[in-house]
Amino acid sequence: MSRFTAGEVLPDQTYTVTRAHLVRYAGASGDLNPIHWSDRVAATVGLPGVIAHGMYTLALAARALDTWAGGPGHVVELGAKFTRPVVVPDDEAGVQVVVRGTVKNVTGEGAQIALEVTCGGEKVLGMPRAVLGA
Amino acid sequence: MPLDASVKGRTFPPTAPYTVSRERLVEFAASTGATYDGGPAPATFPIVVAFAAMTALMRDPSVGIELHRVVHGEQRFLYTRPVVAGDELSATLTVETLRQIGGADIIGTRSEITDAGGLPVCTAYATLVHRGEGS
Repeated sequence: MSRFTAGEVLPDQTYTVTRAHLVRYAGASGDLNPIHWSDRVAATVGLPGVIAHGMYTLALAARALDTWAGGPGHVVELGAKFTRPVVVPDDEAGVQVVVRGTVKNVTGEGAQIALEVTCGGEKVLGMPRAVLGA
Repeated sequence: MPLDASVKGRTFPPTAPYTVSRERLVEFAASTGATYDGGPAPATFPIVVAFAAMTALMRDPSVGIELHRVVHGEQRFLYTRPVVAGDELSATLTVETLRQIGGADIIGTRSEITDAGGLPVCTAYATLVHRGEGS
């Protein structure tokens, strides 16, 4: 018995991302790549600025799924391509990442959620796929 | 220099067991502005163990990857069960696919993440893009 109905539009989730979040994520995840905290290094590899870890954006999508599912532990599949970087400025305001979800279909296995993850109106995750268990 | 085709199909030794602490889950959740309530871990937490396996692949001198040329192109997880505090996890990585496109190596990996009893927890698929010089 699923709590979802095919076609249901889930409430948008908007998250603010600042440099402080990226530093915390670097420590918590063990991904210490300096392109996620050093403007100098980001510039040397041709990036427009410090960018969020692709996995940080995917973690935000997971957070939205947990919110829609009513708590953690329901995600049975999650994945995406990292198609566009999320540039995070060195200020207090940061950037906003918006996670939109629509229930694509519901089967005995669970609910497949069509995700759209954007920053500044541009999609940042490609071919996102998410399934919440029954 | 493209990677040698022989890396395709290789399975690397399991990573050293990683004990999931409640404190680490609190920190991981807090980094995305969420709160860890003591139950299942955030869904993407297994990346911590998968990342260790990918790092071992990228640092293996017999593979020939140059770390600074690697971009994480894609990540997918299939979960058997959620991770919980106290789990002792290990990842075993296999290079499933290897293609060369536009001077870059596209490396498709699968990491089987298991618990202390060797039972499956999750499968993590990662695509690593190893850019060639000038690409």
